[in-house]
Amino acid sequence: IGNPVVGCGGSTLLGYIGIDTIIEQMRKKTMKTGFEFNIMVVGHSGLGKSTLVNTLFKSQVSRKSAGWARDEKIPKTVEIKSVSHVIEEGGVKMKLTVVDTPGFGDQINNDNCWEPISKYINEQFEKFLKEEVNITRKKRIPDTRVHCCIYFISPTGHTLRQLDMEFMKRLSHSVNIIPVIAKADTMTIEERQEFKQRVRKELEMSGIEFYPQKEFDDDMEDKSDNDKIRETMPFAVVGSDKEYQVNNKRVLGRKTAWGIVEVENPNHCEFAQLRDFLIRSHLQDLKEVTHNIHYETYRAKRLNDNGGLHPISTNGTHDSNL
Amino acid sequence: SFRFPPLHETQRNLEGYVGFANLPNQVYRKSVKRGFEFTLMVVGESGLGKSTLINSLFLTDLYSKDYPGPSQRIKKTVQVEQSKVLIKEGGVQLTLTIVDTPGFGDAVDNSNCWQPVINYIDSKCEDFLNAESRVNRRSMPDNRVHCCLYFIAPSGHGLKPLDIEFMKRLHDKVNVIPLIAKADTLTPEECQLFKKQIMKEIQEHKIKIYEFPDTEDDEDNKLIRKIKEKMPLAVVGSNVVIEVNGKKVRGRQYPWGVAEVENGEHCDFTVLRNMLIRTHMQDLKDVTNNVHYENYRSKKLAAVTCNGVDTTKTKGQLTKSPLAQMEEERREHVMKMKKMEAEMEQVFEMKVKEKKQKLKDSEAELERRHEQMKRNLEAQYKDLEEKRRVFEDEKNNWEAQQRILEQQKLDKEKFF
Repeated sequence: IGNPVVGCGGSTLLGYIGIDTIIEQMRKKTMKTGFEFNIMVVGHSGLGKSTLVNTLFKSQVSRKSAGWARDEKIPKTVEIKSVSHVIEEGGVKMKLTVVDTPGFGDQINNDNCWEPISKYINEQFEKFLKEEVNITRKKRIPDTRVHCCIYFISPTGHTLRQLDMEFMKRLSHSVNIIPVIAKADTMTIEERQEFKQRVRKELEMSGIEFYPQKEFDDDMEDKSDNDKIRETMPFAVVGSDKEYQVNNKRVLGRKTAWGIVEVENPNHCEFAQLRDFLIRSHLQDLKEVTHNIHYETYRAKRLNDNGGLHPISTNGTHDSNL
Repeated sequence: SFRFPPLHETQRNLEGYVGFANLPNQVYRKSVKRGFEFTLMVVGESGLGKSTLINSLFLTDLYSKDYPGPSQRIKKTVQVEQSKVLIKEGGVQLTLTIVDTPGFGDAVDNSNCWQPVINYIDSKCEDFLNAESRVNRRSMPDNRVHCCLYFIAPSGHGLKPLDIEFMKRLHDKVNVIPLIAKADTLTPEECQLFKKQIMKEIQEHKIKIYEFPDTEDDEDNKLIRKIKEKMPLAVVGSNVVIEVNGKKVRGRQYPWGVAEVENGEHCDFTVLRNMLIRTHMQDLKDVTNNVHYENYRSKKLAAVTCNGVDTTKTKGQLTKSPLAQMEEERREHVMKMKKMEAEMEQVFEMKVKEKKQKLKDSEAELERRHEQMKRNLEAQYKDLEEKRRVFEDEKNNWEAQQRILEQQKLDKEKFF
């Protein structure tokens, strides 16, 4: 305040106006309205998906909130189960929805097990599109679109499995996929590095783009930040909701007979990096890419296929053109 | 195998030393001279540490950088591969055959991926059956699979549908020993719960895994019961030697500690090794011979003799004498050769005919064109003739006219 503000055309403004307070206004608004975030977890059973989600949001938000339910039977087909919670931090409210996909990759024959997932994602786009196209629209369209899909890779130490490739190939264009190496405490540090390199190479060779996608980097700063992240992905993670005492500190971890694996210790695993990336730096970007790119792609395809949509009224007396 | 008569039968007291107490030594010496064979099969999805475990168990580099384990070689369909290695220890020679199944459970659609495994086991039993039925039985190599280690992924939940399906189909063909692979993924509590869950599911599905036989010795029985409580064994494999507290151990180095392979508190590797190699190897072979092989044999023979008509693939192999069978094979072979010869002749004839026909056709074509050209020429000739005639006519006319004109001119001149 007091510095001459330079306007767009290069002219110097004669006093302080207060345009920069818009950021504060936006912040206040966001805090009042809160925001939604929808995250989907995909991977065959036993990879620690529920545990990881609980660890990420430091609360029991996953479907199997009471530890892991061992005696749950594996469903015969892929089911989509979503659970929503409202969590609050620093005055900011977030409606978090976790979408689980039990049954994925668990059968003997896993052909097309990605279809229910693809269908669900498109259904959410469809819901949003219908609302958008209405004549009398709601003030805030409820956003159930999947903003981020965390894909759990089995820590075999060798290569990606065929199912992994198939899934990511087919869904990387409709949703932001973030691959993670599950149960990373299976591998030593060298094994981890080799595995990551192999996985990245395989993904590159098949033309599979995971989030953050190279083509959506806005500027050089973004690109260099994202390049660093892309070089470390897929993150090797370990999840836990149990606490242990290590060096007079309470840490989340896993106690084995030969030591305690600390979840938030960057020397042990990359959970902290994943959390920072997902929540502390790229949360908004995930939503934006979903809205501006994935949703727009879906919308364009739908409108092209139909040769134009007529907005429908909310009383539903007309037949929808959709 | 040699078994002593049970103790409750009447025992005669001997009046002196006869010497048959030395019999076990004789058996022992003969066996050592002969050497031993053992075939071990490993089954499981790729990346479960099967190759590492084999290397750890037998302290050899069966799989190394030059000959990588199955997981490093990507397979599109399930293969069954065997590798033989000769191990010597303390004068005793063991021919160890490891049978691998790369590609098992790795595809998107794994239906029937157990079939190549079943086929392999059956074919080895069949080989043994044939060898047994031969006239000359001097060398009878035993390539039957004595033990199948099935690797379960350490999900911590329970068995996968594929695991259940595989074990159900193989438990009456081979000794199945389920193992929890990469057990350093699980904490001790998780491991306990996981083992309980697996055993529960195994019982639910009535899967018959290899059972340790009870012995008469109480001490041994105690040990056996301890092993039974630990089933399925949770194993970790490694051939990397790390120094821990001044001691060199085999293990896996993590930032939070070293998981020691041979430490009973860390995993059940030593239990597996002792059981598989040091105490129960012979029993595994016996059970394979007395139970699984007999099962196979009676099923096979019953199928053949039951209807009188042979329902099995190989025709009459067991009801004929080997000589007659050889004769029949020879006849079959000769017939096959004749048939092939006839077929080749046929093909040859056909080709010759084709060629002849082609030549005839091209000849006819040439004829035709020749005719055509001739006719063209003749037509042209006639045409020319016609033109010449016309020309001649015209010439004659013109000459005639000239002559008339000349005559007229002369006449005129005469007149004047």
